[in-house]
Parts: sequence; structure tokens; C-alpha cells
Amino acid sequence: MYRKIMIPLDLVHHAAQGKAIATAVELARIWKAQLVFVGVTANTPGALAHSPEEYSEKLTEFAANYSKDIATSAHAVVSHDPAVDLDSTLLKAVQKTAADLVVMQTHHHRVTDWIWPSNGGTLATHADCSVMLVRD
Amino acid sequence: MTDDTNQGIPAPEGHAGLIDTDYEIGQDNLETQVGPFGVDIHNPVFLISGLSIVAFVFYTLALPEQSGEVFKWLFTKVTTGFDWFFIGAADFFVLFCLFLIVSPYGKVRLGGADATPDYSYVGWFAMLFAAGMGIGLMFYGVSEPMSHFSSSFGGTTVVDGVRTDWAPLGGAEGNQAEAIRLGMAATIFHWGLHPWAIYAIVALALALFSYNKGLPLTIRSAFYPILGERVWGWWGHVIDTLAVFATLFGLATSLGFGATQANAGLNELFGVPVGQTTEVVLITVITSIALISVLRGLDGGVKILSEINMGLAFVLLLFVLIAGPTLAILTGFGDYLGAYLQYLPALSNPIGREDVNFSQGWTSFYWAWWISWSPFVGMFIARVSRGRSVREFVICVLLIPSMVCVLWMSVFGGVAIQQVVQDGYTAAQEASLELKLFKMLDVLPLTGITSLIGIILVIVFFVTSSDSGSLVIDTITAGGKVDAPAPQRVFWCIFEGAVAIVLLLSAGGLQSLQSMVISTGLPFTVVLLVMCFAILRGLAAEKR
Repeated sequence: MYRKIMIPLDLVHHAAQGKAIATAVELARIWKAQLVFVGVTANTPGALAHSPEEYSEKLTEFAANYSKDIATSAHAVVSHDPAVDLDSTLLKAVQKTAADLVVMQTHHHRVTDWIWPSNGGTLATHADCSVMLVRD
Repeated sequence: MTDDTNQGIPAPEGHAGLIDTDYEIGQDNLETQVGPFGVDIHNPVFLISGLSIVAFVFYTLALPEQSGEVFKWLFTKVTTGFDWFFIGAADFFVLFCLFLIVSPYGKVRLGGADATPDYSYVGWFAMLFAAGMGIGLMFYGVSEPMSHFSSSFGGTTVVDGVRTDWAPLGGAEGNQAEAIRLGMAATIFHWGLHPWAIYAIVALALALFSYNKGLPLTIRSAFYPILGERVWGWWGHVIDTLAVFATLFGLATSLGFGATQANAGLNELFGVPVGQTTEVVLITVITSIALISVLRGLDGGVKILSEINMGLAFVLLLFVLIAGPTLAILTGFGDYLGAYLQYLPALSNPIGREDVNFSQGWTSFYWAWWISWSPFVGMFIARVSRGRSVREFVICVLLIPSMVCVLWMSVFGGVAIQQVVQDGYTAAQEASLELKLFKMLDVLPLTGITSLIGIILVIVFFVTSSDSGSLVIDTITAGGKVDAPAPQRVFWCIFEGAVAIVLLLSAGGLQSLQSMVISTGLPFTVVLLVMCFAILRGLAAEKR
């Protein structure tokens, strides 16, 4: 049913996204789909990497951990201002990777969503493909 | 953070001389939830700088008269006692930058040997300018050349062996042609090589230690060659807190100037009353616009606004050039540039100055102002300059903006001075500082439209400064993280507006703002001098 599943990943906090990752892996296995891990990084040094290149390598390594019985790949995107541009960057990544399903971790609804909508919510509103939001 | 992601900083990659340290970016950060807001702040830089700024604001509110006195005393003390230090240090920064252009270090590329630029030249320049000078160009473009011309023409006055006039150097009493040249030279001196050299040094230090050495994008990183691992401790906290102070008070000054000028312009055009109430309303409204820009991010907010503003500023420049005495301005441009070079050695002399009012009240104040702005502008320039070579970087940050400033001052100041000497129109000469631009535009055609463009420019520059300032302060107080939650930036943006309002309302108004700027500029001059050394150490380790 789905051929390419995209999972947006916060590489620094990936432990908090375990449920979404497990869901995506399971779905990829069922439909024999390719699983693309999409990570967004700034061009400045961060906790994980000094440069976008190094970040990309780490993301690839991370994706390879799940490649036992499914096909995985990594797609790192550089954003000038990830704190604000995350939504638009992820939307572009959906097109770029040609994913037909996005599986994404999201938090429960809270007051600030009125001003700062959740990334998952925004993606579900604007993406052309199906989006599955996994509650924590 | 989980154990499997906590990999510290890995070994250098070779092409960029990474610094090997165990410090992990964000390791001292508090990542938590405050009410509905997620926060990610450096502990203790955020708290110390935030609390001390609040304490300071309370002090000015509670004891307006006493604090006004204290600020005035501080202002006089620093500008008269340390003028030699500011002037000497700024000269050194210019020479250091010129050295970098011609030295083999110029080949080093920011972001590693194979890095490519993040922004096009147009977007890059627009942001450099909007952050670096913005409101100042609008405020002083007409008023400063005019002031120096008038004081030079008036000549010198000596009372009890001390010069009481404000003329630069020896003035040019009664000699109109020379007074114009000296006035323009003095203005260009304050807006040309020196300020941009100050910015270039901070920006280069930050970009180098962040993009090439892999250290967090905060001021403390530039001190790694000197302090080593201690830079992550209290030494670093002090440096970063100082930078937050300098940025916040520097911004507040320019917001204050912007508000008074926008108010003067609105009064001139629409009869809006001049006063503190209007200024407070202006700061509030413009801070709200800045908030929208903050929420749109770097590419969707500051970049777009900067480009629009550069376009508008260029249109206004072109209009004044064509509507004014075009030929006189164009020949003036070459003449003023020559005058600048001719007077440069004397104007930049740090010791034994007789023109005390000028060298302390103008030059020393300006240098302190640029320096207090440098962590903010420098960090912002660093943020958008990845992928440029050091030579390209210094040429583009030092020489080209300086030339644009020469052009800007030649056109705006040139026209205003020509109005006085040729047409005998003295309204701009006699008007108060914030009104001079509008009085000059008054006698050119299409006054309504050009004055409106002038006001829009002031307001948009105001917005870009406030926005990029919030971005910078947020990055410093988040320990160099650029992806901290957006509400933090909103907090700083509102905070800046609040500080500007309080300082404006306190006794002494802008004088209070100026004195705060001077006092943060002084310790930061030392920081900049150390940065020069750090840059050399850092560049020496890079592959050329």
C-alpha cells in the first residue's frame, strides 16, 4: 500500500521518539516499504556534530541500525533557522524524498498549540501524502 | 540526553582544524517545561543575565533621579578617562583587518576547505547592513555631516586653556570649503573603516571557532586558545553574560534613537504629538511587528525585511542624488573620500588631542557604541557568513560597507550642506538631531513620499535590529544552540522593548541609554583585543 515511509527524527532526542520509530519500522515491514529517516540540522555546531556533513554521517549510521529486514535510508536537511523553519523544511523533505506516508511522534494537545502549532499537526495539515501522528 | 547519543566531540576531520574538547554543546543547558512552554537555556548564563537586567531596570524605575546622576557620572568618567583606549584599540582593529586581507591566512575558508556560501551576495550584504548600521544611518546621515560642518566653520574657542568648541581637529574657521571637507571626513571616519573593522573581528572570531573548530556559537568560544577548558566554566559565563549585557543595552540605545526619530518624522508629516507617550507607543507597536518577524525565522523574517529595506534605502539614496545637486554630490564623493584619507591619521590619533569635545563626545562615544554592538552584529554576521574565505569575508565586511557609508554620507550630508551654502536654507542646520533628515527632504520634490519612506526605513530597521538582536541573545543564553524553542526569542524581543522604554522614561532619557552603552563597551574592548590574538592562533592551525 505504501512504498516509502518518512520518519522525521530529532537525532538528539530520539529516545523520546521510540514509539513512532517502532511504529514506522513495523509498517515498513508489513508493506515492504522503504523507511527514510529525515533529520534537520543547523549549519552551526550542535550537540551531536560539528558540521552538516558530520550530522549526515551520524544520521546514516542511525538509519543503518534498522536495516536488518527492511530497506532504510537517511536524508539530512540543513536549515538556517531550525527553531522556526522546521515545518517548512520537513514539508520540503516530504516532496524531496517522494514519501507516500509520514509517521511522526507528537505531543498531546496543549494551550500553546494555538500560537505554536505542533510540528506534527502542521505537517498533517499541509503535506500532500498521508500523515500518521503517534501520541507519546 | 541518552547515553548512546552522548558521544562528545569526535576527532578532527582534517580539512578544518577542529579543536579537541570533551565539552558537548548543550551539556550545561536546562531543558525543561515552564508551564506550557518548553525551554532550553544555558545554566547559569540565562539566569544571571536575565536577573541582573531586571534588577537594573528596577533600579532605574525606583530611583530615577539617582540613577540618572549615576549614569551621567559614568558616561563622563568613561568617555573622558578612556578615550585614548577606545581610539587606540579601534585603530588597531583596522590595521589587524587590513593585515588579514593581505596575509596568507586570507585563504582559509569559514566552514572548512570545501564549504559553500549559505547566502547570495545580495541577501548577505542586506543583512550585514541592516544589522550593522540601520537606524544609525537614518539618524545621523544628515545630522552628523551638518554638525561637524557647522562646528568646523565656527572655529575653535579656548576657555582657561581648554577647548570648549565641538569642532573636529583644529576646525576650519571661516573657510567654508575646508569646513565641508573636514566635516565630511570626520563623519566618514565614524562610519567607515573603524566600525566595520570592529564588527569584522568579532564576526570572524565567532565564525572561525564555530564553523572550523566545532565550538558552540557563543562569544566564549573565541577564548578557547587562551583559557582552554576553563572557557566552559565561570570565565566563559562572565564573557557570555557581558555579551548579553552589551547587546541588550546597545540595542536599547538604538531603539531609543529610532523611536525619537520616527516620532519626529510622524510629527513633521502627520502632526502626531512629540513626547514620551508617542515614543512608548512606537516602541510597543514596533516590538510587536518584530515579534511577527521573530516567529517567521531568519530566512522568512530578517532576511526578507533586510532586502526590502536595502531596496528602499537605495531608492531614497538615488532620489536624493537626482533631486539634489547631482554633479556637486558626485564630485563631492571623490573629494570627501580624499578628505577622509587626508584627515584619517590626525582623527585616529589616540593621544594628546586638543579637540577634547569632539574626540571624547563623538569619537569615543561612537567607538564604545560600535563595540557594545559588536557581539550582536558580529554574531549575526557570523551566523550568515559560513562558506566565505577569510579574505572575501574581511573585504566584504570591511571595505565594501565602508564605501557604501561614504556614499550614503556624501549624498545625504552633501545635499544638506549644499542647501546651506548655496541656497541659504538653514532649517536642517538649525533643527534638532532627529529632525534634520526630514528638514532636508522638505525642500526636495515629493516631500510627502520621501519623508514617509524615511519613516518606514527607520521603523523597518528598528524591526530587523530587534529581531536579529533577539536571535543573538537567545543563542548566547542557550549556550550556542540555534534550535532552542522559539518562545525564548519572543521573551528576549519583548524584554528589549521593555528595557528601551524604561531607559527612555527614566530621568536623563537617551543620556541614560548612552551611558549604559559606554559602560558595556569598555570591558568589551578588552574582549575584542583578546579576540584578535585568538583569531591569529585559530587561523594558524587551519590548512591554507
